[in-house]
Amino acid sequence: MIEIEGLRKSFGSKQVLRDVNLTVKRGESLVVIGGSGTGKSVLLKCILGLVTPDAGEIRLEGQPVTEATREDFLARFGMLFQGAALFDSLSVWQNVAFRLLRGPAKRPKAEARAIAIDKLKRVGLGPEVADLFPAELSGGMQKRVGLARAIAADPQVIFFDEPTTGLDPIMAGVINDLIRSIVSEMGATAITITHDMSSVRAIADSVAMLHEGVLRWQGNVAEMDTTSDPYVQQFIHGRAEGPITALR
Amino acid sequence: MIERGLASLGRVVLDGLAGAGRVALYALTVVSHLLRPPFYGREFLHALMQIGWLSLPVVGMTALFTGAALALQIYAGGARFSAESVVPSITAIGMVRELGPVLGGLMVAARVASSIAAEIGTMKVTEQIDALVTLSTDPLKYLAAPRVLAATLSVPLLVGIGDVIGIMGGWLVGTGRLGFNSATYIKNTWEYLEFWDVGSGLVKGAAFGFIVALMGCFYGMNSGRGAQGVGAATKSAVVAASILILAANYTLTEVFFSA
Repeated sequence: MIEIEGLRKSFGSKQVLRDVNLTVKRGESLVVIGGSGTGKSVLLKCILGLVTPDAGEIRLEGQPVTEATREDFLARFGMLFQGAALFDSLSVWQNVAFRLLRGPAKRPKAEARAIAIDKLKRVGLGPEVADLFPAELSGGMQKRVGLARAIAADPQVIFFDEPTTGLDPIMAGVINDLIRSIVSEMGATAITITHDMSSVRAIADSVAMLHEGVLRWQGNVAEMDTTSDPYVQQFIHGRAEGPITALR
Repeated sequence: MIERGLASLGRVVLDGLAGAGRVALYALTVVSHLLRPPFYGREFLHALMQIGWLSLPVVGMTALFTGAALALQIYAGGARFSAESVVPSITAIGMVRELGPVLGGLMVAARVASSIAAEIGTMKVTEQIDALVTLSTDPLKYLAAPRVLAATLSVPLLVGIGDVIGIMGGWLVGTGRLGFNSATYIKNTWEYLEFWDVGSGLVKGAAFGFIVALMGCFYGMNSGRGAQGVGAATKSAVVAASILILAANYTLTEVFFSA
């Protein structure tokens, strides 16, 4: 379980997160929605320790993340980045097995490669792509490799940052299905941030909406359609009129 | 008016000091990573190849033409007071003490600081640095430490090879154009060259290598967003490395050779 309490973050005079409280149960798939610049990515980066919050506490399974050593803490997470963020200088299998080739989880090279090929297979890629470099892959294939890397060390929590951005609708559907099946198969907790409502409906158990750094609403995916919250209704139906102004 | 001018000047000075402090802290952190495991041998070897081996042609060509031009200049200057015979020794001393390390360092700065800053800056804007962190890997240890170590070790070697090539450039011009006897030229080169002439140049090379890689990594990691941010980081890395090389050269010359 991930618990976030009173999380605040400012950049200069701009308050990006304002007292965010959020709970994600173990094995749950939470999707955080909200417009651009509402603090979704910063929230994710605060949980991962990539950005230091100004105030508040984040607990993983009851333990404040500040009490864990950084390596132990990060070993429990996997992340799929918006642009996949694959390392250009490494081959596909070396990207997937990155964590297994160095550090405390280090395995023999042959074993790491075998695990990488297995994870690639899990995301629908054959062993023939293992020795290619990221620049030789399409956007959809890069996302799959990024997903394989995120799950390579069997993490407890997986983050997805705009997983379908830049993909055609069919490939977006494939990625959504993969996320759904992999997360439930692994029993992992998933936190996804996205604007894509088809992604939300495909992968979410629960949904939280951030607007201007404030958590406006949280509920399960069925409640999202019936809530009277005007921010949620405007966002999910993509209306220009409403409390959310288009010009930010 | 004067008050505003002084305030602006004060801001510039304070910003400059803060920047120097950030670079110093960054340098200390990188050095501390060099002393603590884990060590990334593969990344070190890759950096050694990129920084050392692949810089050899540009450093060699620079040294060759510099040594040749230096021999011509010393001959022309020496002829004014009938001291043409000093060409071999002054060319050699000039190359190994000053021109070899400084021009070699500047050429490596142009080639390496820019490529390191552009590579790491691009990694930053494409979230590869964040990805490293989430994969339990310290970007300073994985990206900066191997590059800084590789540059610190390989630039002195480049300078040494450049010294030899530069002296050869002088010899080519001396024997081919200025009428020196080959054996006399070589004898005069060796006779007046002392160990510390060469050693000081190699120490300078190590310092310049450290500066080049450090500036490339520092500006790359602090790159702004987008293509413009990476471009600005690249430019800043080369400018800062070049100026620091010239400043360090003066300081080291004072330390090594002031009476």
